[in-house]
Amino acid sequence: MSDNMNVPTMASLFAEGKQPEVLFWVGCAGSFDDRAKKITKAFVKILNKAGVSFAVLGTEESCTGDPAKRAGNEFLFQMQAMTNIEVLNAYEIKKVVTACPHCFNTIKNEYPGLGGNYEVIHHTQFLKQLVDEGKISIEGGTYKGKRITYHDPCYLGRANNVFEAPRELIQKLDAELVEMKNCKKRGLCCGAGGAQMFKEPEKGDKDVNVERTEQALETQPEIIAAACPFCNTMMTDGVKNKEKEASIAVLDVAELIANAQDL
Amino acid sequence: MQYIPNIVFAIALILGIGYFIRNVKKLSRNIKLGKDVDVSDNKPQRWTNMAKIALGQTKMVVRPIAGLMHIIVYVGFIIINIEVLEIILDGLLGTHRIFAPLGAVYDFLIGSFEILALLVIVAVVVFWIRRNAIRLQRFIKPEMAGWPKNDANLILYIEVVLMLLFLTMNGADYQLQQLGAAHYEQAGAFPVSQYIAQLFDGLTISNLILIERTAWWLHILGILAFLNYLYYSKHLHILLAFPNTYYGKLKPQGEFDNVEAVTNEVKLMMDPSADPFAAADENQADPDKFGASDVLDLNWVQLLNAYTCTECGRCTSECPANQTGKLLSPRKIMMDTRDRLEEVGKNIDANKGEFVPDGKQLLDDYITREELWACTTCNACVEACPVSIDPLSIIVEMRRFLVMEQSAAPSDLNNMMGNLENNGAPWPFNQMDRLNWAQES
Repeated sequence: MSDNMNVPTMASLFAEGKQPEVLFWVGCAGSFDDRAKKITKAFVKILNKAGVSFAVLGTEESCTGDPAKRAGNEFLFQMQAMTNIEVLNAYEIKKVVTACPHCFNTIKNEYPGLGGNYEVIHHTQFLKQLVDEGKISIEGGTYKGKRITYHDPCYLGRANNVFEAPRELIQKLDAELVEMKNCKKRGLCCGAGGAQMFKEPEKGDKDVNVERTEQALETQPEIIAAACPFCNTMMTDGVKNKEKEASIAVLDVAELIANAQDL
Repeated sequence: MQYIPNIVFAIALILGIGYFIRNVKKLSRNIKLGKDVDVSDNKPQRWTNMAKIALGQTKMVVRPIAGLMHIIVYVGFIIINIEVLEIILDGLLGTHRIFAPLGAVYDFLIGSFEILALLVIVAVVVFWIRRNAIRLQRFIKPEMAGWPKNDANLILYIEVVLMLLFLTMNGADYQLQQLGAAHYEQAGAFPVSQYIAQLFDGLTISNLILIERTAWWLHILGILAFLNYLYYSKHLHILLAFPNTYYGKLKPQGEFDNVEAVTNEVKLMMDPSADPFAAADENQADPDKFGASDVLDLNWVQLLNAYTCTECGRCTSECPANQTGKLLSPRKIMMDTRDRLEEVGKNIDANKGEFVPDGKQLLDDYITREELWACTTCNACVEACPVSIDPLSIIVEMRRFLVMEQSAAPSDLNNMMGNLENNGAPWPFNQMDRLNWAQES
């Protein structure tokens, strides 16, 4: 499948004297995590199909610093941020799209104060625009009539008020969107935020991702849709914990669209 | 001799309000112990937030039952205060129902106060049942044991007693009006207290006057006492909700502030022309401590947050860590901050305006590291708060102290940060492999 993916880097475009319309910020999970890489590829295939002029930083990209900042390491965060901003500004980046709500939040909200001013959008918003502009069409197909519940990533939803774009995309699939007990502004965290992804949880009765998965299962979904690589990991683990992985898939919104188009 | 009640009333009023002002000054002094923070931006948005969230109670009704009951008590509290104005004027001037000449308007006002008073009693009974009979989870969490629980119930009892005194006073007044007693002209409408008046059937005019006067005095003295109880209770929100929603966070919830002192240092580190061996500027002040280990390291809005908290626990009930049995409770973070700030305030009072280190701090003595590290920074607590309190900002400020001053992060996080520093990702992957996914099938 790699042969049908075209992934230009900023460096190569720059050498040709070209400037893409948008930078795709892949993020660490999207670059290294085996599960999240599938989301990255699904998104790139859609970008290719829609003929979007984009590029990635590739080896010039580095962590935004989000997990360091949430853990309290402001030094490390700002080191990362300023290094990234130097790279982004050198390429005169104007617009950034990312499939990671943590990268999205950090670049959009915390980089401007350090000299990084870009239009930052989440991939679900970007996909919504592509649909609205008629660059991709996603009616019907594979997911017609399927029960899909959507898990709001904290850093996309509550933190930045992006609730509708992912939902509208799911509805465009002719799927049946079912809401969990806690959704939108009151969405329950998957348990990965605040650098929890990288540590063992504190002592308690239950893991947060299991609690959230139970809420998802109450809606009797066939698919749990996520829009964050970390939420995806946590929900996938939760579904495994409930031994439901054979009947319930955890998929990113970009994967749903790519699959529906047979990409 | 005839002026004695006026004089007694004036003294009670001066004492009551004077002591309240003293408490307000102490409150304001304590809040100002916090670090300065610039909240002078976007005034129109701030006023709008205050109007919507505090005045309009928009976040209360997210939970419809509690929200509706609260609006009744809130509206009752504000509107019945018009009656308090009349009581104060009557008390000072020796008049009786000084607003009575308003006629039909007066009847309408008194009638509405009575209906509101009844509704307040109903709402407070519902509140009491929720706390003590149904025992809703959020009211019986560990941090509510002891004084916080008693404080909450005491407030409910005081409110019922005040409302009953108001209605008793009106009931006796109504009966006196029916009997044509001197000074008790026909005035007001008594849709509720007319039923109380029936209990007074057959009482002499002098006994009725005794009841009316006693209820009148106890009611106004009760209000003055309650005003002064606020500072010692969790109930300051009735005043502080307004400034607190005004000064609440305007930025997207996900945006954490960038620490300026760190920015300066990082810029210096990244500046190729900076001289690494330059002698330190002798006049330069010692750099600030990073993060917070005690209340004085927090900013004044965070301290205002702590006094505003009325311990409703909506934050805690929405907290994913708390829901899954972890020690963290955002409400406890706010209660601890206030308790420690009170302790620091008393220390300053006892030491002639100077804080003398007492070997205690907010970290460890009040808030444990286990609580701080259980937070997912999901902002559910911030979203849940009906008065714009931000417990998360305090948690992050304390994490900053742990990490940047003490290098005391959990070891897993140290590994993550080590990876970040060495290879630009939280996992031990080589930065040169970042684009490998593009070549994989």
